Amino acid sequence: MATLSERILDAPAGTCVDRKVDRAFVHDGTGVLTLGTFREIGRDLAYPDRISVLFDHLAPANTSVTADLQADLRRFAREHGLSFSDVGEGICHQLMGEGHVLPGELVIGADSHTCTLGAFGAFATGVGATDMAAIWATGETWLRVPETIRVELVGRLGGMAEPKDLALSYVGRLGMDGATYRALEFVGEGAQTLSIAGRMTCANLAIEAGAKAGLFYADEVTRRYLAGFGHEVSVQHPEEGEYAREMTIDLGGIEPVVALPGRVDTVRPVTEVEGTPVDQVFVGTCTNGRFEDLERLAALLQGKRVRVRTIVVPASRRTLLEAVRTGVAERLLEAGVTIGPPGCGPCLGTHLGVIGEGEVCLSTANRNFTNRMGVGGEVFLGSVATAAATALAGALTSPEGVP
Amino acid sequence: MRLRGPAILLPADVDTDLIIAGRYLRTRDPSTWVAHAFEDLDPTLAGRLAGTVLVAGPNFGCGSSREQAARALRDAGVVAVVAPSFARIFFRNAVNLGLPVAEAVLDCSEGEMVELDLAAGLVRAGTRPPVACRPLSQRMQAILEAGGLVELLRRGA
Repeated sequence: MATLSERILDAPAGTCVDRKVDRAFVHDGTGVLTLGTFREIGRDLAYPDRISVLFDHLAPANTSVTADLQADLRRFAREHGLSFSDVGEGICHQLMGEGHVLPGELVIGADSHTCTLGAFGAFATGVGATDMAAIWATGETWLRVPETIRVELVGRLGGMAEPKDLALSYVGRLGMDGATYRALEFVGEGAQTLSIAGRMTCANLAIEAGAKAGLFYADEVTRRYLAGFGHEVSVQHPEEGEYAREMTIDLGGIEPVVALPGRVDTVRPVTEVEGTPVDQVFVGTCTNGRFEDLERLAALLQGKRVRVRTIVVPASRRTLLEAVRTGVAERLLEAGVTIGPPGCGPCLGTHLGVIGEGEVCLSTANRNFTNRMGVGGEVFLGSVATAAATALAGALTSPEGVP
Repeated sequence: MRLRGPAILLPADVDTDLIIAGRYLRTRDPSTWVAHAFEDLDPTLAGRLAGTVLVAGPNFGCGSSREQAARALRDAGVVAVVAPSFARIFFRNAVNLGLPVAEAVLDCSEGEMVELDLAAGLVRAGTRPPVACRPLSQRMQAILEAGGLVELLRRGA
């Protein structure tokens, strides 16, 4: 009788355990620091075959300093036979989610949004560079098994509401530190109605409530998805466990929302801020840059033209290829959208699509902290449908009722 | 471990973007992170951090896993960070880098002398009565006492 985190980490909540890490990954940002620290430790790689290096944050490089730092990490990855994804392959969390994370695994990433991979019934959490360097050197890490908040999802999303609206809504309810040191578990019939892409979006925002992990139980949807990547996995069944808190969310009651600039937990119905002029719309990131998102955007923009600059950054090469093959990319381009190379895009204010002083962006990303996407700029967070309606109107617009 | 320094007060939910902005992360020169620490919160702060104890509101260090945030504070000479709660990745990063962190609800004014006794789990501001901080796990104490996780691993632990 245990929570999913307790089952995967094989110990009751509250205990500190040392565990062998099944998958460990870094990106170009944290990887550079990890490599420096790993060299200071002065040991060999414990399990090179479990380590991935994926370039996504500043990919392709924006300056020669970035290029030099990346060159060193690239060389190291190749010389040591690490799994390596170069510029243009996509975002680390998306790529790991394309068949490299399996239910029941312990996945550690040197990035806070590693919790995204809880969508597969894995225990996935983020660490900093020193913890990751220690994992490179020992193959293990220590963890305090978290208490769990059980989030029961009932019903199904209706109207124009998306998993992103669900995610922002639960962060709004919990607050930015409402789940600190804890895991979120998404259960119930409503959870099973969500696609893998939707589950990744939902798990992705767990960290925005402070959570250590956000988990879905592997079910038939997970099994079929992973079968597409050649993996045969078993489903996981929830048991009665001890939960720190239980909350229920009726998916049928979820409406399109935005998080106001500055905090992810200041969540309001889009209708309350409708008409706020925006300068840019950005669709992408580990939250909402998947094919399902691009396809939805293209469908909503089809035959129309955006009124503000609209940037789409696919989450991975596979996403972009699928968008090209299915005509989604063509429809986006015809609607006036700019498509960037797969990666993190302007999310953290360092790559293509950064905003300027006084500019406002509606973004499908997961963070809207002060100055994050550009000094003096403001970011509203919302869904793909809200992004589409806003891009067409040139101002924040609810997707409900848009013809 | 006994530590002391005058307090700099910080608000709740200070995120790691505020501690060190994304635009300064890519550099070969770690002093860049010290020079631009807290720039978007208060550009005068970076020059005043040495020898101080940061006394922050809840959820300090939320957001990105960027270790440059904890590194900037340590390298700037911050003695310790005290807050009612920390975001967990920042907390681990700080301990791993040898930057003392204490979870405590501390009544304190700007500039008031703060004293910490981490072994005893106590922190006090000025002449006010000491308050208890949440005890660190044995493992975290061992990492802090070694001066960080790298040092601990180099000693063969």
